[in-house]
This record gives sequence, structure tokens and C-alpha cells, in this order.
Amino acid sequence: MSGEGSELGAGTRADFPLLGREVRGRPIIYLDSAASSQKPRCVLDAMNSYYETINANVHRGAYEIAAQATEAMEAARTAVARFVNAPSADEIVFTKNVTEAINLVARSWGGANLGPGDAVVITEMEHHANIVPWHIMAAEKGFELRWIGVSADGQLDLSNLDRLLDGAKLLGVTAMSNVLGTLNPVRRLADAAHDAGALVLVDAAQYVPHLPTDVQALGADFLGFTGHKMCGPTGIGVLWARAELLEAMPPFLGGGEMILDVRKDGFLPNHIPHKFEAGTPPIAEIVGLGEAVRYLDGLGMDRVREHEVSLTAYALRTLQDRYGPELAVHGPSEPACRGGVLSMSFRDIHPHDLSQVLDDRGVCVRAGHHCAKPLMRHLGVPATTRASLYVYNDTADVDALADALGAAGEFFG
Amino acid sequence: MAGLEDLYREIILDHYRNPRNRGELEVPPAVQAVGFNPLCGDEVIVYVEVSDGVITEVSTGGQGCSISQSSASMMSTAVKGRTVAEVRRLVQAFKRMMSIHGSGIGGTGDELDDEPGSGNGAGDVKLGDLEALQGVVKFPVRIKCATLSWNTLVQALDETLG
Repeated sequence: MSGEGSELGAGTRADFPLLGREVRGRPIIYLDSAASSQKPRCVLDAMNSYYETINANVHRGAYEIAAQATEAMEAARTAVARFVNAPSADEIVFTKNVTEAINLVARSWGGANLGPGDAVVITEMEHHANIVPWHIMAAEKGFELRWIGVSADGQLDLSNLDRLLDGAKLLGVTAMSNVLGTLNPVRRLADAAHDAGALVLVDAAQYVPHLPTDVQALGADFLGFTGHKMCGPTGIGVLWARAELLEAMPPFLGGGEMILDVRKDGFLPNHIPHKFEAGTPPIAEIVGLGEAVRYLDGLGMDRVREHEVSLTAYALRTLQDRYGPELAVHGPSEPACRGGVLSMSFRDIHPHDLSQVLDDRGVCVRAGHHCAKPLMRHLGVPATTRASLYVYNDTADVDALADALGAAGEFFG
Repeated sequence: MAGLEDLYREIILDHYRNPRNRGELEVPPAVQAVGFNPLCGDEVIVYVEVSDGVITEVSTGGQGCSISQSSASMMSTAVKGRTVAEVRRLVQAFKRMMSIHGSGIGGTGDELDDEPGSGNGAGDVKLGDLEALQGVVKFPVRIKCATLSWNTLVQALDETLG
């Protein structure tokens, strides 16, 4: 078990069973945590233990294990609420992932509040999950979709923010770009949006796993994150929203669990958060997510951030020293302004070819558009090769990446 | 175990570095089709000009990895001057070569070491240089790169009929 006091990086690696395996006879070098993190043993054990000892459907069951399952699920909700400093666990809605969290807001809040003459403002560095739901709703409801651009240094171009926010009802922004690593000024944007009468939705998929998160300090109205990028399982995400907003919003999916009463002529929705959790929830995954936040709490999110800033600085320096102008890392150059996401363009080697050679050496990175095609078009590249860092990575992983890049350079001559 | 040299055969790298029939054709008389690989963002544009059932001109554009771009180049040299009917049989033979054992899901990897098809299931269709691409089958993620230009060619041919 991990724990407090142990060094991050090599010190936490033993907590993650998968990191003990080999790929093609070499130790695995896992640098794709921005896509999905590995899972510590304690999370896997918590999920197994749920199935082995208290597996039963939650809520309503009068027997002991049903009560224990409900208790485990609600304890996870409380742990998650505390992890992001939500004022109440009732404001934590479990979803499948961030994608579903944003679709919930677009459908439910957007469906009730947006129409012709209204505007939603998003940014050019959003993940498709915070673009396409708004495209879909804009086509249906006739509101305008406006874009905050990206400047040359990978920051948001806020020069015409006031004009963009004029008449807007919602601002959607990623707290940290999954391509550039840019940490956006969420508080400043939230204040400007609120002054203009707009609500703020934060895509925190890349933020919550890596930095101490306080939804109240960020000034958000809606904030989504996902379990599998923060040491938890897939299939479980979170929408946090201010209680009064959730109270006023119509239900998203209809079915069991989300009602107080159903009659032939209608239904009465349940209280929040259950109003938005139709059907049997992914109980084991919720339990796993609860354990994941306890694990991260044990490491300390301040230390996680510190570790990643120092490792990102090491990576940027190493790549610059080894490859100079042949290798471009997109996004801010200052480690304190960014997360540990390194989107690279190396010579004219296509990212698919580059990642293939890296894979041959056991180095796992992601090649592609990273679900951010508008940003790729802005950068003028079809795709990038992205290495991303987390609690179990250390300088040896960065060195292995740098060595593998050298091998790719030789291979493609 | 599949090595990089199975994937990046010399002839593939040659077509990547020196693509044949690269560029645009005037539309019309040519027709144009665009293919996307949604996984990685690669794009291939195929122009074909058909006259009396024969592909008289073919040209490709777009951007992508060495596999997608070399496959497009090799496709262009393989289809130019042939009848549409012949080319449709060639496409079938090529796609069969790219799919034998190659679903990429649930496989152990062992069966990928079998000799992938050499066009023998495709009657009298000779794949020639295209057989260099059969190593791609050992890398299931990359099959879509190799077939992108061929699927886009079929779109273009379908449009010439429409």
C-alpha cells in the first residue's frame, strides 16, 4: 500500500499492479494517463470486495447487504464531494463520464434555458465532449455557438472576451487542455461570465486528477470529471453542480431511482442527486472511485501537483537538450502554467509512425487528434504524439521516452 | 512477434518518401472523394477520371502516416489504366488480404504469425507490390491506415456511376 510519506514516482509505482508487467521483454513505460490512468491495488481490491461481500442493488432493500451496498455508494459520494470541496454531497451526480455529464447539462439545462437569440461560448481548445453536445443543441434550439480563440503560446485569447460574453447564457471551458496542458484562468473567466449574466461549465477531466480542486474557489456552476483518469475505474464520472441549478433542471434520463411517484398521468421526480441517476447505478465503479479519491488524498494533491510540475520541467528540459528545434512541444513553455501533457511534433515523422516505434520499445503514448480537431486545425497539424505524466512516472520514464524518440529518428532517417 | 520491419517494408517507405500520382485533377471531368480515419485524423483525397469504363487518370492528396500515404500511392499505380471492373476485383482482393486473421479483437496474436493471404483467395487477381502491405495485418490498429485510400477510391468510383 502506498501512502503518506512515500515518494511519488518510483515510490508509488508498486501500488499499481499493471506497471509491473513487461511489453516485448521490456518494462512498460506508461505515458498515456491523460487518456486513462492505471489503477492502484486498493481500488481493484475495493471493487472486488464489494462484489465478494456486499453485492446487492442499492436503495430500498431491507436486508443487510443491500443496506451496506447503499452505504458504500453514498460514502463514496461523500468522499468525492469532499475531494472537490463541494458544499453538499447532494450536488454530486454520478454519470458515466464527463461526456455524459456535459450532455446532461446541455440536454437538461440547455433544453430548458436556451433558444434563438441566446449564445453559448466555448473555446477552441475544448475536447469534442464539450463541443459536439452544443452543436447538437444549437441545431435543435437555434442558439449561437461562439468561440474563444487560442493564441500562439497556447493560451486562450481573451482580448475580445467581453464582446463574446455579451448576451451569452453559458460559458464552457476546459480547466486544463488535454492537448496543450494549458491551465486556463477559470476563476477570471467565471467572474467575467457571471458579470455578463452567464453560467459557467468547467470540463475538469484533466484537472481534478492532477491538482487540488475547489469547485467553489473556481467559481464554477457546473463541473465534470471522470473516474478513470484519476486512478478509478472506467464507466463512472461526476457532474457537480450548484444545488439550486440541479433543483430547477428537468430530469435527463427517465426510469427507476429517479422518481418519487409515478402515476398513469405523470411522475414526480426524486430529490437531487437521485433525480439525475435513472436506473441501477454502476455501484462497484462508484465504490472504486471513492477508493481512488481516498488514495489520492493519501498521496496529497498538493504533492501530486508538485511532483508533476517538477517532472514536466525535467521533461521539457530533457527534450529540448536532446532534440532542440527538431522537436516541438505544443502549449505553454512554463511548467507552472501547464499540466504534464506533452503534445509533440518530431521532425516530419507522422505521430502514428512515431508512436509505433515508441511502442516497439514499450513506451505507451497516444497519437492522433486527441478528440480536439478544431485545436488541431488551429495548430496546423493533423495529429500530435502525446506523452502524459502522472503520480507513478519519474525521470527514468522521461529518459526512456527521449531514448525511444532517438530510435524513431534513426529509423525514419 | 511482429517487428517494425514487418510493418515498414522498404517499398512502403519508398512510396511514402516519393509518392506517385500525387496532386489534384480537375473536377469535372474527374470526380473527387474524401476519406477520413476518425481514429487519428488522417485524410485522403482521391481523384479518378473514368472514360469508357477505364480509369484513365488517378491522383491522391491529403495527409497521414507512412502507411496511409504509401498505400494511397501504391493504390494509384495499381489502378491506373485498368477497367473499373478489374479495379473492383483488386479492391476486394486487397481488402481480403488486409482482413485475414485481422479483426484485431479477441485474437491472441499467435494466429497473426500465419502467412496472411497472398491474394490466393481472390481468383486470378495479382496483388504484386501491394503484398508489401500484408505485414500491416500484424498491427491491427494500422489496418485502417492501409485501407483508407482504397475505401475512398470505392467512394469515388461509386460517384462516377451516380
